[in-house]
Amino acid sequence: MIESILEKYPFVQRDNIIPILQDIQKNYGFLSEESIIKVGKYLNMPTSKIYGLATFYNQFRFEAKAKYHIRICNGTSCHINSNLIIINEIKKRLGIENGGITKDGLFSLEETTCMGACGLGPVMAINERYYTEVNVNKIPEIIEYYLNNDK
Amino acid sequence: MDKINELNKDFLITKVLHNAHETLDKEVVAKLAAIKRDKINKPIITIGVNTPSRIIGVDEIKLGLLEYVHDRNFDAQVIDVGSLGLTTYEPILSVHLPGKTKLYFKNVSLENYISILDGTFNNYIHEEAVLCQVRNDIFEQWEQVPFMDELPYFKNQQRLVLKNCGFIDPNSIEEYIATGGYKSFLKTIRNNTPEEVCEKIENSNLRGRGGEGYPTGKKWRVALETASEQKYLICNAGESDPGAFMERLLIESDPHKIIEGISISAYAIGAQKAYVYIESEYEIAVARLKNAIKQAKEYGIIGHDILNSGYNLDIIIKEGAGAYVCGEETALISSIEGKRGKPHSKPPYPATKGLFGRPTVVNNVETLVNIPIIIEKGANWFKSLGTEGSSGTKVFSISGKVDYKGLVEVEMGTKLRDIIFRISGGIVQGKKFKALHIGGPSGGCLTEDHLDIEIDYEAISQAGISLGSAGMVVLDEDNCIIDMVKYFMNFLQEESCGICIPCREGTRRMHEILENISKRPKDDNGNTTLQRFKGVMQLENLAEVIKDTSMCGLGRKAANPVLSSLKWFRDEYEEHIFERNCEAGICQELRTFEINIDACTGCTLCAKKCPTGAIIGSPQNAHFIVQDKCIGCGICYDTCKFSAIISK
Amino acid sequence: MVIEIEVNGKNIKANKGDTILETLYNNGIKVPTLCRMDGFTPTGACRMCVVEVEGKTDLIPSCSFPVDESLKIKTHSTRVIRARKMLVELLLSNHPDDCLYCIRNGNCELQDLAVELNVRERRISGDKSKLNSDHSSPGIIRDPAKCILCGRCVRVCEEILDVSTFDFMRRGNKTAISTSMNKDLNFSNCINCGQCIMTCPTGALHEKTNFDIVQDMINNPEMNVIAQFSPSIAVSLADELGLRSGKDISGILVAALKRIGFDKVFDTSFGVDLAIYEQSAELADRIKNDENLPMFSSCCSGWIKHMEQSHPDMIDNVSTSKSPQQMMGAMIKSYFAEKEDISPNKIFSVSIMPCTAKKFEAQREEMTHKGVSDIDVVLTTRELVKLIHLYGIDVQSLDEEKSDAPFNNRSSAGKMPAVSGGLAESIARTLAFHLTEKELTNIKIAKLRGTKERRETYVKIGRQQIGFAVVSGLKNANNLIKEIRDGKSDIKFIEVMACPGGCINGGGQVFTNDDKALKNRAKIIYDLDDKEAINVAHKNSGILELYKEFLGEPMSEKCVKFLHTKYTQRDVLL
Ligand SMILES: Cc1cc2nc3c(=O)[nH]c(=O)nc-3n(C[C@H](O)[C@H](O)[C@H](O)COP(=O)(O)O)c2cc1C
Ligand code: SF4
Ligand code: SF4
Ligand code: FES
Ligand code: FES
Repeated sequence: MIESILEKYPFVQRDNIIPILQDIQKNYGFLSEESIIKVGKYLNMPTSKIYGLATFYNQFRFEAKAKYHIRICNGTSCHINSNLIIINEIKKRLGIENGGITKDGLFSLEETTCMGACGLGPVMAINERYYTEVNVNKIPEIIEYYLNNDK
Repeated sequence: MDKINELNKDFLITKVLHNAHETLDKEVVAKLAAIKRDKINKPIITIGVNTPSRIIGVDEIKLGLLEYVHDRNFDAQVIDVGSLGLTTYEPILSVHLPGKTKLYFKNVSLENYISILDGTFNNYIHEEAVLCQVRNDIFEQWEQVPFMDELPYFKNQQRLVLKNCGFIDPNSIEEYIATGGYKSFLKTIRNNTPEEVCEKIENSNLRGRGGEGYPTGKKWRVALETASEQKYLICNAGESDPGAFMERLLIESDPHKIIEGISISAYAIGAQKAYVYIESEYEIAVARLKNAIKQAKEYGIIGHDILNSGYNLDIIIKEGAGAYVCGEETALISSIEGKRGKPHSKPPYPATKGLFGRPTVVNNVETLVNIPIIIEKGANWFKSLGTEGSSGTKVFSISGKVDYKGLVEVEMGTKLRDIIFRISGGIVQGKKFKALHIGGPSGGCLTEDHLDIEIDYEAISQAGISLGSAGMVVLDEDNCIIDMVKYFMNFLQEESCGICIPCREGTRRMHEILENISKRPKDDNGNTTLQRFKGVMQLENLAEVIKDTSMCGLGRKAANPVLSSLKWFRDEYEEHIFERNCEAGICQELRTFEINIDACTGCTLCAKKCPTGAIIGSPQNAHFIVQDKCIGCGICYDTCKFSAIISK
Repeated sequence: MVIEIEVNGKNIKANKGDTILETLYNNGIKVPTLCRMDGFTPTGACRMCVVEVEGKTDLIPSCSFPVDESLKIKTHSTRVIRARKMLVELLLSNHPDDCLYCIRNGNCELQDLAVELNVRERRISGDKSKLNSDHSSPGIIRDPAKCILCGRCVRVCEEILDVSTFDFMRRGNKTAISTSMNKDLNFSNCINCGQCIMTCPTGALHEKTNFDIVQDMINNPEMNVIAQFSPSIAVSLADELGLRSGKDISGILVAALKRIGFDKVFDTSFGVDLAIYEQSAELADRIKNDENLPMFSSCCSGWIKHMEQSHPDMIDNVSTSKSPQQMMGAMIKSYFAEKEDISPNKIFSVSIMPCTAKKFEAQREEMTHKGVSDIDVVLTTRELVKLIHLYGIDVQSLDEEKSDAPFNNRSSAGKMPAVSGGLAESIARTLAFHLTEKELTNIKIAKLRGTKERRETYVKIGRQQIGFAVVSGLKNANNLIKEIRDGKSDIKFIEVMACPGGCINGGGQVFTNDDKALKNRAKIIYDLDDKEAINVAHKNSGILELYKEFLGEPMSEKCVKFLHTKYTQRDVLL
């Protein structure tokens, strides 16, 4: 419940807004309109400001992630290790752009900043599983794996 | 995280923290040696648990280690450490057998950890995996294993900030205290007034490591002298620079050092509340930092009336939600206040009017870690390191096309060449060095000719770039400068806060201009060609206005990658513009295609697919590409089933 | 403290604590600005106002940089001009090229800057942000493609109105202004006041025009097209029409509207008198019965929507009297129609208001009876100017004409509510009459006049001291309501106007860059009150006749039917 999250922040202070939204997203995966309204009421803040704030930051999303959430590192090091080829391949295969979700709701894609394994680029992750030194030729195989997994 | 050991806690608090004398009793020293594992009576295995190693799967390896020890009923201890900084070799494992020197193994995997351990416990070295041994005269050495201090990567560094990294358990305050931690802070609040601390830091000549290089002591003094009932210290651990990772690893490896740095600094400016701003994505770092704060509170090192000094300090972690510009101090303050992370015009400077309108000092993680070091070793000693204008050491994260990627700490004044070639082992696969990119999006590219620059703030800014967050990326002949600059401009146009016109619109146009020169014209009516030329002509002009008028450092330095590359790699621009050629073959759309007549079967597939009808030929006969019509889309290349199309 | 700074090689005097820009303005040196707003703290966002300061590596935004002794400034050096010009070119590179079709053509700050900085060539071009315009609201159209992100609308809406419909959304090159959850404006908490339009430098925000239908109706011989115009536009239009300013030009407006082809032209001042009469009777009842006090005014339709969505607990405290426009509209289609024997269906009632919220009000469901709305179309002052130009009317050569019967009388009180405070003052005058059947000894209530954010006073009526309060700019209203909820106020009548300063500064008024304009408009109104003989609504003979012939007593059943309305809580994204 959103209320039980709000209870954790007994002081109605604007500087609690980001932690609250983070907390909600952690629990629900995204920020729903309902949750934004509730937070607005609680913190006495217009929802337009909450929405404006949330859209500023990369972290917040307004729709749920797909079953398989693909994150591809777009940090400098991965870039010079030709991650664009990987990114484009995935986009082409799934037919989605950064931030998009496939029609069947199976995959969503997010380009991230450095994931912290620069020595091993290009790096990508599907849900919690990481792939390092990804090679374009392996992409079909990887995607196929998840597709089969779903069946 | 680890539970506090009450016995050790009592001992450490009464015998060490509360001990105002410089010297410690013999028994105390002996006990400390045991805590910090200088003396061991059972095998100790350490495993580097950090972001890169976790990505490779260190968690499973660690479970394996525990199982290994348990299954064999070994009385051995498995301990988490941070990172040695040598990310190329993560996960790194060490095994320390009583009486023998400590061994390090690299690239440990689920496949080889058992044979590594089996070997070591049977006095046999896993040759492929062994990295080095740590020199220690009291212990028996392993044969034919190099010493850590002989490896070029370690030998040529001078580690002050990174001293503990990879050696101590980041989750253990005991170990930190046992290695002399928190001594500087307690000594300070016991013996010094805030003025004295500011003076000491001013004398040390320490300059901010966050990029601007502003003298830390001077900034503190302004905040100290601004009257206010509440002041704040903020530790800027934002580091969302896309090519830098030293702060993340530093926090993961030695969080207490940061807490100590914060505590001293907060005391020096009279702040009773400090914030650490760190990206929530840095999960390991956040968790370790939180744990460190909790432990420090339990030890009474932070909190109310610290060690009866009357000084109170509260440290709060603020998790960022992902925005590069929030590394800029005024944007960071907005973000902590719960607003869009948008910078403010300075003045007023945060030191006089910052968080919640109060005097606020924002310092970088590395700056803060230097503070306890200066307090411990003295301002003069610190000043003796480095160059005239820039004292001390500097940590870099180095990645790209070098053999050893990771963290590098060197004395200021070290040559860039030494970092790349001596410490990091030079270019991978013996390829040719092309450029060194320093400072992420606000930095720029340097050429081979610059490699003799002796690093310090002045020298770097003379080369027209900024140290930024000190991420170094090495490019080799396979990389394209235009592509690199384009990458940063794309980053900036997305990461600009969007408030001021020059930065918001300017970065976008610069990015477009670069896109245009790395593309062939879409149509041949000359219009796009004209635009392309106009764009290039405006590039410099645009860059200068953006630099001149932007509100914050992001915009002001946004032009650095463009201006520096235009200056040092003009020929590569010209090659792209006039010859429409990308030597490195990175700019995909500049590729040209030819048909290998021997391989072509005349299936006509490519001719059918070509959007501009540039491919001619009759069925069953070899086809041909009319270069003037080709727009370089590469569709034919992808379609040909016989690999008859060659890309150049 | 006065200091000297060097500007363009000459020393000029400056007050310590001022910004560079203020100092330059005080000394007659003009520097272009885009994000600056008078009376707001500078944000330093647009960078248009940059100047060169000796010793600084970068150019300095003069609007947010304080002066100090050592400053040596160049305001128009080559470097500065190059930068400003480039900034404009950058904005233009992401701007739709349709000035000729734009509502702000000839009246746009971006155009002005391009002219001023001599932008004559397209040196920078590229992809433009693709943003759709939003026509959902009855009053305001947003065209984000024309937005230059100066942030002025965001700030007015937040800092003056306290409504906060807008905020910046996303960041970097994707930054845009958006409503909450990026919904259409009619789902938002926008109250249609139009203050954002007034502040927007470009055509990114403008009123929804109802021009064409008015023309069609004028050309339709079957229809009786009737215009009414607000008292506040008669004091704001002189300059715009090239007339001598400082005078009320109602007579000229009547003449012009007649020339355009309106069959009848009424002065809404009559409606104002009616509203004052009815509303003060309502207040008198409430005071006698001591219920639902304090009573809030109901003239301002922006305030009404705000109250319905943000303070629904106060609904019972708001006067149920319709606004003057609606009362007038109701009377036109009932009393007037009966009198003239015209079917209400054959009347097309146009109201010309300084306000975009009136467009919203006119289409509220409560304002319709059996499919006939009180008002068919609302035009803003700006639309009127266009109409006058469109019909080629040379206002200078017009003689004043009187508005039409039966609504051709007014008191000076019927003019006063154009200014914030005027309604409360007029109500006080007529309330005294309703309660005591006597006139106030001193009808001028100075404490309710002026520009202070909130004005309060107690007026002795009979044996009672009755508290009156005046707030304009909804932020001040919200603060007052907080105090009322906390029981900290014993005020009986509260006049609320959404726009700061009242209707003379409404969101439908003509754009002006004269900072004294507001003062002048207020002065004209108060001068009328000084000069004219009839200063109270209850002495307007037309009103008395209307009640005698048609309405009966104030608050009678008929009055309730025609002159009163009701409010309901509104669910919007707050
Ligand atoms: C766009 C931008 C990003 C920045 N990012 C960081 C950052 O990630 N970490 C940091 O310490 N400083 C960053 N800075 C610098 C800070 O504004 C500030 O100067 C610094 O934190 C001050 O600390 P120092 O004096 O210890 O260097 C950034 C500046 C800009 C303009
Ligand atoms: S320079 Fe860029 S990031 Fe900085 S304030 Fe301006 S728009 Fe924002
Ligand atoms: S809509 Fe107008 S006022 Fe609002 S930010 Fe855009 S240009 Fe500025
Ligand atoms: S750049 Fe991809 S992990 Fe750092
Ligand atoms: S007017 Fe000064 S920055 Fe916009």
